[in-house]
Amino acid sequence: MTATQPTAAPGTEAGEQPAVTGPAVSGGRKAQGDVRETLYFALRNPKVLIGLVVVLGFLLLGLLGPLFLRHAPMDYAGPPMAPPSADFPFGTTTFGQDVFAQFVAGLRSTFLVGLLGGGVAAVIGMTIGFVAGYRGGLIDELLNMLTNVVLVIPGFVVLIIINAYLGVRSVPMQALYIGIFTWPWVARAVRSQTLSLRSRDFIDLARLSGVGVGTILRREVAPNMYSYLFMTFVLLFGGSILTAASLDFIGLGPTNAMSLGLMMNQAVQWSALHLGLWWWFIPPGLGITLIVGSLYIMNVGLDEVFNPKLREM
Amino acid sequence: MALAVNDLKVWYRTRRGDVKALDGVTFEVADGEIMGIAGESGCGKTTLGKALIRLDTRMKHVGGTVVLDDDELPLADDAAMRRHRYREVSLIPQYAMSAMNPTRKIGRMIRDLLSAHNVRYTEVLPELERRLKLVGLETDVLGRYPIELSGGMKQRVVLVLSTLLNPSLLIGDEVTSALDVSSQKAVARALVEFRDHGFVKSMIVITHDISVLFQVADTILVMYAGHLAEKAPAKTIISDPLHPYTKMLIGALPKVGDRYEEQQLEGIEGRPPSLLEPPAGCRFRDRCPLAHDKCAEAPPFREVSEGHHVACWAVS
Amino acid sequence: MRGYLARKTLVYSLTFVVAVTLNWLIPRLMPGDPVQRMVARAAVQHPETIASMTDYYERTFGLDLPVWQQYLNYWAALFRGDLGTSVWLFPAPVSEVVLDAVPYTLGIMIPAILLSWVVGNSVGAMAARSRWLDNVALPIGYLITAMPYMWLAILLAWGFGVALGWFPVAGGYDFGLVPQWSWSFALDLLQHWVLPFLSLFLVALGGWAIGMRNLIIYELESDYSNYLAALGAPKRLIRKYAFRNAMLPQITGLALQLGTILGGALVTEIVFAYPGLGKLVLSAIQNQDFFLLQGTLLFVVIGVLLANFVIDIVYVLVDPRTRTGLTGATA
Repeated sequence: MTATQPTAAPGTEAGEQPAVTGPAVSGGRKAQGDVRETLYFALRNPKVLIGLVVVLGFLLLGLLGPLFLRHAPMDYAGPPMAPPSADFPFGTTTFGQDVFAQFVAGLRSTFLVGLLGGGVAAVIGMTIGFVAGYRGGLIDELLNMLTNVVLVIPGFVVLIIINAYLGVRSVPMQALYIGIFTWPWVARAVRSQTLSLRSRDFIDLARLSGVGVGTILRREVAPNMYSYLFMTFVLLFGGSILTAASLDFIGLGPTNAMSLGLMMNQAVQWSALHLGLWWWFIPPGLGITLIVGSLYIMNVGLDEVFNPKLREM
Repeated sequence: MALAVNDLKVWYRTRRGDVKALDGVTFEVADGEIMGIAGESGCGKTTLGKALIRLDTRMKHVGGTVVLDDDELPLADDAAMRRHRYREVSLIPQYAMSAMNPTRKIGRMIRDLLSAHNVRYTEVLPELERRLKLVGLETDVLGRYPIELSGGMKQRVVLVLSTLLNPSLLIGDEVTSALDVSSQKAVARALVEFRDHGFVKSMIVITHDISVLFQVADTILVMYAGHLAEKAPAKTIISDPLHPYTKMLIGALPKVGDRYEEQQLEGIEGRPPSLLEPPAGCRFRDRCPLAHDKCAEAPPFREVSEGHHVACWAVS
Repeated sequence: MRGYLARKTLVYSLTFVVAVTLNWLIPRLMPGDPVQRMVARAAVQHPETIASMTDYYERTFGLDLPVWQQYLNYWAALFRGDLGTSVWLFPAPVSEVVLDAVPYTLGIMIPAILLSWVVGNSVGAMAARSRWLDNVALPIGYLITAMPYMWLAILLAWGFGVALGWFPVAGGYDFGLVPQWSWSFALDLLQHWVLPFLSLFLVALGGWAIGMRNLIIYELESDYSNYLAALGAPKRLIRKYAFRNAMLPQITGLALQLGTILGGALVTEIVFAYPGLGKLVLSAIQNQDFFLLQGTLLFVVIGVLLANFVIDIVYVLVDPRTRTGLTGATA
């Protein structure tokens, strides 16, 4: 488990501690026009732009790169231990595998695990948080207890056990397991946001008019939290990537795919450090750092966009 | 004369342009006077309250002067203003419930604040305890954390704390709106008492609740869209309002305790004009039943009788 | 305060039960006959060893017993401190193997956590003070937090170890030395400790600095800060209050981040072949030594829970709100 919430304030037990850089959830429903206005400001925020360009750049490389490659990631394609050259832009491994081919393939796994892992955690966390915050009472108590228990369990450890015993063949499977253990802080944040929204007038109005819980959550609560939820997802996306990289590095990654973590695992295992094959271990880590770092910086920018108070300063 | 405000303009900077929240107001507050400010949300009353003590980061002082006890206040200069705060101008904020540091004992916080003003806590302590008792608090609140106090208690502690150095001017922003009715009465009484004891020379009380104004204020200033509409002794405002807006404001209050923000003002169609680019002339013109051609020109804020000022062409 | 601690204790007890249960359950979810699979996976050649292992696994798993009895037996063994026998280091008991490795992990983790927390909080507080510093520190902080732990470890090992040769890059001490109480051995230990520690410290640092910066900015916008400013309090006092209050969520954050940092410590150790729990996990996986793996991880879980509990107690001591009870109002 790697830092999943660099910007969110760890909620204290002892008081309503709003998420620190989470956008202030504004009261009332957002008008349709706001979407366009948000986009307008988002595309003029340098942090959002830089982050977006870096992330999309890597995504495109991962998606389109393999179409132009002559070698599969594991092929013995050229001379061993060759430094970067025109033929092999990232050089080759001790076995003569094309590092660039591995990198491009690894990018695909990285984005996939981020998307799916972040998605699973977001869905679980938001559902539990919404329901707990909205229903309150015994359901809230139980869900809150569950959240706290999963929060305290070192998820990375459980993931090691699961992966070691059950084996993980594919990236989606790995993402699913990661998602199952990274949702609690989302649930906590969403719960407290829901609690504060629940007491607003417009929710009461909806309730008085006899609308069902699901409808209220979907129509009234969620729209007021979209910006917050989106930023949460971005953080989960980055967190999943880092967690997956650690698992892959220990040798518990998917068995049927190349990944950036696995590249680092192999580089260390085959003494790339001692042989000075820097082109083998620098790209995968740098790729992850740039992708995840850009996501985080993009989030800071999004915060300024969604939170008009910050925007005006 | 304690306070003289002359043509004060304070605007908000926003991306869309300057919001002229306070656009040239001139008035005086006498020694010992408690002046209430009334008006709808966005009329500039809160901006005025803030401008007199501390501009927030988006506010800018565009023009005009504020003179307190023959000293001009350097409104735009935050550092220079610091010398005047607390000793000369003090504040009871809107957010009195959360105004105290939650993790410091109240006495400790007061000690920290006083020593920042070079005042020894132990020297002030007897007076502090006397005033706490005066507002009905035990002196042991000094050893407690804010969270241990009820809302009314916190409000009273803030009142005592804010006035501890006997400021010339106290600004009370929505002093009572977070309280229940009985606490409201107690705090309103305490405000008057503090003035009577001379703890505070004069006060400006800003509130949504006009019944509180009748309870505490000697004079009432009515504001509309960044301009002054009328100022007169509280009794005169109720019994003999002259400005059409004041009349509607008073008329729209069937019972004491009603808040004029929350209901449609009787007979007043429409809303106040945008303060981004307010129209020239009288700003109430569009909603005014008495409006005529002359109103395209801004009416002066004239004294029509002893202590009664009105800005309206229809009043002469 | 008692209510607060009671609730926490309940959560931790429940967590412990859940963790142990997962630990018991997951191996039983393996497809096929777990004993056969494990013996086969262990790839041990000696027939004697195979026989004793098969016997041992069958006894330990007690697969012929009803499920509830298997479960209870598991707990009973746990309370006796019996975590099983290592296959890789047969016949060493898992608990012994784990206890040998624990000091190394704690030795890099505790200083890294505490120092990164202290330094990170100071850096964050400074960043909140000046726009210039903020613009520099913030992106750097985010990039550092975004680094995979093992990658920074690899970079440090390569740069300071292999390329510059300043520090050794593998092991807890020189393979030629025998552990003993002497200055030369202590110095050697220290040299091997520097890079793993530094690696862990740096990655954790960024997160604390960013957290502190955001919290302080939030506190500086809070009502009590505004009130103090209106009453003419100097910036120094307002900042002092904001800093103190921003520390509180950072203490809770310490508890929440423990698991994360621990994961980081495990992979960092693997890079440096540092003989702590991380290396144990890797060896256990590579040698298919499931008892060792489970034992190590269970130990880790217990450690995290205990540390969480300690942090909670510290939190009660520093935040008056937990002591006075949240309901407050006594009038």
